[in-house]
Amino acid sequence: MSLANQIVNLLAALLLLIAFAMLSQRRILTLIKLLAWQGGALAASTAIVAYSTGQPHLYFSAGLTVALKVGLIPWVLHRLIDRLNVRWDIETLINIPATMLIGIGLVIFAFALATPISQMASVFTRSTLGIALASVLLSFLMMIVRRKAVPQVIGFLAMENGLFFAATSATYGMPLVVELGVALDVLVGTFIFGIFFFHIREQFDSLDIRHMEKLKQD
Amino acid sequence: MNLSAGIAFQVLQSVFVVLAAPLLMGWVNQCRAWLQNRTAPSVLLPYWTLAKLFHKDAVIARDASPLFRLTPYVLFGCMWLAAGIVPVLATGLPFAPAADIIALVGVFALARVFSALAAMDIGTSFGGLGARREMLIGFLAEPAMLMTLFTAAFISGSTQLTTIVDTLAHRAFAIYPSLAFAGAAFLMVLLAENARIPIDNPTTHLELTMVHEAMILEYSARHLALIEWAVAIKLFAYMTIGIALFMPWGIAAAGDWSALPLAIAALLAKLALAGAALALLETLLAKLRLFLAPEFLSAAFLLAVLGMLTHFLVQA
Amino acid sequence: MEITLVLGVPLIGGLLLALTGHKRYAAELNALMSLATFVAAALLTGRVIADGPMTALHEQLFIDPFNVFLVALTALVAFTTALFSRPYMRIEQHHGRLNAARLRLYHSMYQLFTFMMLLCLLSNNVGVLWVAMEGATLTTVLLVSLYRTPASIEAAWKYFILCSVGIAQALFGTILLYFAAERVLGPGGTALLWTHLYAVRHQLEPTVVSLAFVFLLLGFGTKVGLVPLHNWLPDAHAEGPTPISAVLSGLLLNVALYAVVRSKVLVDGALGRNFSGDLMMGFGLLSLVVAAFFLSRQKDIKRMFAYSSIEHMGIVTFAFGMGGPVAAFAGLLHMTVHSLTKSAIFFTVGHASQKTGTQNMADIRGLIEQSPTIGWGLVLGSLAILGMPPFGVFTSEFMVLTTAMHEHPWATPFLLVALGVAFAAIFGKVQPMVFGETTARRLPHPPALVPVFLHLALVLLLGLYIPPYLVEWYRQAAAFIG
Repeated sequence: MSLANQIVNLLAALLLLIAFAMLSQRRILTLIKLLAWQGGALAASTAIVAYSTGQPHLYFSAGLTVALKVGLIPWVLHRLIDRLNVRWDIETLINIPATMLIGIGLVIFAFALATPISQMASVFTRSTLGIALASVLLSFLMMIVRRKAVPQVIGFLAMENGLFFAATSATYGMPLVVELGVALDVLVGTFIFGIFFFHIREQFDSLDIRHMEKLKQD
Repeated sequence: MNLSAGIAFQVLQSVFVVLAAPLLMGWVNQCRAWLQNRTAPSVLLPYWTLAKLFHKDAVIARDASPLFRLTPYVLFGCMWLAAGIVPVLATGLPFAPAADIIALVGVFALARVFSALAAMDIGTSFGGLGARREMLIGFLAEPAMLMTLFTAAFISGSTQLTTIVDTLAHRAFAIYPSLAFAGAAFLMVLLAENARIPIDNPTTHLELTMVHEAMILEYSARHLALIEWAVAIKLFAYMTIGIALFMPWGIAAAGDWSALPLAIAALLAKLALAGAALALLETLLAKLRLFLAPEFLSAAFLLAVLGMLTHFLVQA
Repeated sequence: MEITLVLGVPLIGGLLLALTGHKRYAAELNALMSLATFVAAALLTGRVIADGPMTALHEQLFIDPFNVFLVALTALVAFTTALFSRPYMRIEQHHGRLNAARLRLYHSMYQLFTFMMLLCLLSNNVGVLWVAMEGATLTTVLLVSLYRTPASIEAAWKYFILCSVGIAQALFGTILLYFAAERVLGPGGTALLWTHLYAVRHQLEPTVVSLAFVFLLLGFGTKVGLVPLHNWLPDAHAEGPTPISAVLSGLLLNVALYAVVRSKVLVDGALGRNFSGDLMMGFGLLSLVVAAFFLSRQKDIKRMFAYSSIEHMGIVTFAFGMGGPVAAFAGLLHMTVHSLTKSAIFFTVGHASQKTGTQNMADIRGLIEQSPTIGWGLVLGSLAILGMPPFGVFTSEFMVLTTAMHEHPWATPFLLVALGVAFAAIFGKVQPMVFGETTARRLPHPPALVPVFLHLALVLLLGLYIPPYLVEWYRQAAAFIG
């Protein structure tokens, strides 16, 4: 394995670790920091893939990742929680060790799912697809077990990070037009989420989504 | 390798470990004092303490059984044996094949059982309390420890610690994400097993929080000295295991006298670094409530399992 | 040329209405832009009738028998809904539920939503399709939360979270698809183009493609409203403005299903067995049965018809899952007639609830007395959606049913029971709303009824006679879907 390859593997592992850290984290500020770190790891791995495969458009998407996921979005989230004055500890639906165990189960599931694919991947990194899938599922789990609106959104963004990692590291990056579109969607989505926080608080006096159970299944 | 040289190495290492362990303890304490803006005690303070304790008369509770008297020796013996197994200075020592990582964990477990039994032996409430807490931490820490070691074992294809170190020390440079996970997990286990902050505080006797100190409250004089010494050797052994697994460069082969000075120098440098890092960690972290200890250790277990999974997926 | 026109008009309309959407003439402008889109779509349709399938813009856009009729349908329903929304939104404004700024948002987003859906349909690039689908979600989230009531905020949040999660799975599926395709087609732009993918579908790696399909089905299936991923759908339909319920049901679900079916064709080519079909049959049948049983428990009229949409999407999914020319033909026809009928129903429902000031079915009584056209519209629409002959829904459901009896007899009882339960539920609830003592009052604006009867007439026409070129497209598309 080449050095670049090894570094990408290391970053992949780091991404997974951050996904778990997010799952175990109770503080919302730390969650935002972790999200920024995840974006950083993502950008670094994209840049390395760009360097070693010589695809200039990946440099561009690495830059985009830094600008959006390390800079803009965490900043927006910081501003939001400042404005909303929400720095509470997050309540979880299931206690954290149990969540972790479910998380391990998900990772094993993801790896099992990805193994037959990784076997045939003669490409740059064979491991990354499984790790990307695992971090997507972990973010999904985080969205499920968190009760407040902001952590759910952070979970959504982390899921997007996992997907982006799959796109850049497992497949050399999607065509540029797609990447741009995805980035735009995420950005617009974050802003809409931000607007929604205010609406929700205005209507429910809280960002706790337990209040939003009026529309029952019936 | 001829046998006599091997035995010489083994003896040398064993003696070195026993003599150097209190020094490491002193170094950690000194670093911690510096970091906390206190006047640092001498590095040699643990030696003086041991010497002082050995010169005192032992006081033993009337109801104490022979187990209580026996335990300090068992503890000391176990730790010494563990330190003898770990390739500290050289690989391929004569004792090394006799024990692999599973046996190593077993030796630590044996020591744990004895200290818990001895703590309950007197029948004081503190002893029972400490023993229960120690077992709680132990049963969570052990699987994490085993998983960590297994990750390294998978990489080198053997559970022999000396083979693992040989493989890891003499490979071409490669980044192992799985080892990074395992390293983080190992660090957490090390903190928990050696009664350091954030799980236990080695310097406090506050009944609400103490774990290890509660167990040895009834010991005095030479028994206490042996236990303190064993504790120092345990920390030393854990650190050398960590060094052996995660930064094994510079270790000598048994019988290779020329490599020995370099190996000792490398080891001392690494230990000094590790001790300072430990002190830094202890200064930065706050002690966790006891009820959060399972969470801390399950995180360690999780990391270790992740490391193993990563090993299988990444093949690295 | 026509293709760019079809996409360009609503995009320009969206920007234009973002500036002028609050003006008095905005509703007319909205309808005009939709009319222009429809004219462009008609021109495009004429072009396809004359010249056959084509691609445009460096192969990024394409049109074939499968998407041409969906484009025409989308443009038509978007246009008639714009006609309906003109008086409807005026009345809402009159009732004080909306202000000018909200109307600007509404009109602008309406055009952008049309644009996103047409882009989904016309895009040759799977990735762009995904982006447009997410864009359609974002625009409709803003539309669903338009009233800013607690219920609408809750519905929009649920919709946003569930569909974003779902659509993220679809992105993973797309990435896997690209992963499989670039091994055959090489890296670069062409590996995500439907036309190129179809050419090499037999060479794609089966494991990867089947995994990709599972993710795509989960992702786009969330937008189709397949059970158990349907939770957002009734809320979003019930709490948003009624024109949006109409386009959600009539168009968005179709477009999402279109994406699923496109991926199915690829997977079938790669796998050579009916893996995807079985999955789709399972999801379709489950949606059909569950939705049918939920129908009778509804109190809110828009929620009830939302469940009916889930039920019908279940039928279509099941039909495509069975495969074969007849079932696929029936599925395509059912997509068309369902979207026409369901949007017509939502038009009448919208006016009915404005007249009575409630969406609660127990409080809506005697529509026919106060306003015969709305009452009859609702009755005829309900009969049509329940599959009474001679409406087109009957034709398609009959074809699905006979094919199922022939090829998958085990499914027949489920289908029959579900259809029966749905019939009893909807008919039992619509009947008292239409006849009897009236609770309705006069509306400050005349309601829009041309769209309702236009749609119902089209559905009736499709039940009696299908134009030959439409048959030809359905045939070709059905053969393509297999």
